[in-house]
Amino acid sequence: MAQILMKGNEAIAEAAIRAGCRFFFGYPITPQTEVPEYMSARMPEIGGCYLQAESEVAAINMVYGAAGSGVRVMTSSSSPGVSLKQEGISYIAASELPCVVINVMRGGPGLGSIQASQGDYFQATKGGGHGDYHLIVLAPSSVQEAIDLMGTAFDLADKYRNPAMILADGIIGQMMEPVELPEMKEYKVDPEKKPWAATGWKPGDKKQRAVINSLYITTEELTELNERLQARYAEIEKNEARWETYNMDGAEFVIAAYGTVSRICKAAIDELKQEGINVGLVRPITLWPFPKQAVRDAVMADGVKACLTVELNAGQMVEDVRLAVNGAKPVEFFGHAGSLMPTAEEVKEQIKRMREE
Amino acid sequence: MLEQNLFAGFGGQGMLLIGQFLAQAGMMEGKYVSWLPSYGPEMRGGTANCSVCVSDSPIASPVITKASCVIAMNRPSLDKFESFVRPGDTLIVNSSLVDVKAKRDDINVYYVPANEIAEKIGNMKVANVIILGAFLELTKCVSVDTVLEAIALKLGKKKANLVDINKQALVAGAEAVTAK
Repeated sequence: MAQILMKGNEAIAEAAIRAGCRFFFGYPITPQTEVPEYMSARMPEIGGCYLQAESEVAAINMVYGAAGSGVRVMTSSSSPGVSLKQEGISYIAASELPCVVINVMRGGPGLGSIQASQGDYFQATKGGGHGDYHLIVLAPSSVQEAIDLMGTAFDLADKYRNPAMILADGIIGQMMEPVELPEMKEYKVDPEKKPWAATGWKPGDKKQRAVINSLYITTEELTELNERLQARYAEIEKNEARWETYNMDGAEFVIAAYGTVSRICKAAIDELKQEGINVGLVRPITLWPFPKQAVRDAVMADGVKACLTVELNAGQMVEDVRLAVNGAKPVEFFGHAGSLMPTAEEVKEQIKRMREE
Repeated sequence: MLEQNLFAGFGGQGMLLIGQFLAQAGMMEGKYVSWLPSYGPEMRGGTANCSVCVSDSPIASPVITKASCVIAMNRPSLDKFESFVRPGDTLIVNSSLVDVKAKRDDINVYYVPANEIAEKIGNMKVANVIILGAFLELTKCVSVDTVLEAIALKLGKKKANLVDINKQALVAGAEAVTAK
């Protein structure tokens, strides 16, 4: 299929539809409003459902309801809106339901700015809402990767009966790049594969009624749920870590970065290489499960003196990098909170400073 | 080859649009491209700009802090982005709306009276395409023919009658920076 030029937000929406998503519930917020805008035009064309809810809280609960019937459903928002959705996300995780949530991050805390940010890493990877749960968190660094990860997100959500999140930022959402779209996929709920789905029951039906619930009033039952969830998270951690490495051969330093920031680091790495300084990159694609072993392997490689984690926040993923490296080598942080994008020049300066130390 | 271009002007002057024409044309020529708009407090009458990278190899960062070419369609854009131009590279100023000269002497500055040329052609709306014509003549970033194809694609069948005036605009823009 030929390449077309597409904006990140619209590409995310079209990719979701092509992955079989037929239900979208959302509420507008910059910088992701093109997702619901696109869905509002596209869903009616293919017999899907687009609904602009009265609030983010309503939207996520509509997702909860649709997910309970086993269909492919998603919502999309940006940082403050995703905060509002956290209660519903916790309920969905507890009810063991698949769905996809998009967060096109903007600056925070509070209403913050509308420019790109990575300030929601903690929220996305450490829970976000209440209780012991995890989302599967995927972080694209290009429009094409955002498209590819949409299909992955729906597949993983179904496979593990767990909500998945695409954690993008304002630049991925607003940028246009050449992309290839996947083929359209029709998704039918298979009662054999999703026996839990509440698809309608009437007296005389043989199967047991499907009940979607997150309330376990006895400690025994709640413990059982939590043990089931933790076993599943362990399985996800074992199977689903994804990452990319770049320029690792003979690297003196390793940069850890994800999303748009990893591209800026690549530019810095390319320029440093021309100056005879070899720096590698390890880019987590799944932020949860965090690719611990891959990050550790990259930093522990022979010849690597230290790691520099670069983020568009005050230092969040750096904690996971430090846990992965576990004190074996120095892990430094560079970044700005408040949407001021680190530049390639700044990253180069940091590496040069680390070289002299 | 990595061309990092920054097109800036008032909202409504069509800077984002000519950036899309360039990105589309680059893609049609088999190059790697990225188009990143400024977004936020921008609105019609406010400032608007886009960064367009065109490259033979995959584009590392779509975010530009140094440019191989800057187009400044108005005074605020000149003030803000003159410093982005790499030494020895190109700055194109819309002299119809900018009444001052660029401050730097280590870059190549071209003044194109885009609005006046547009008026002569008979359609004020093509001032942006005139400046794009000047840009293409100076940078040879992509071919004029491919840009025309990209414009025709964007206009679609309903507005196919407008391809011709856009062609005139590209030619007039190129002439403005060659006829010295």
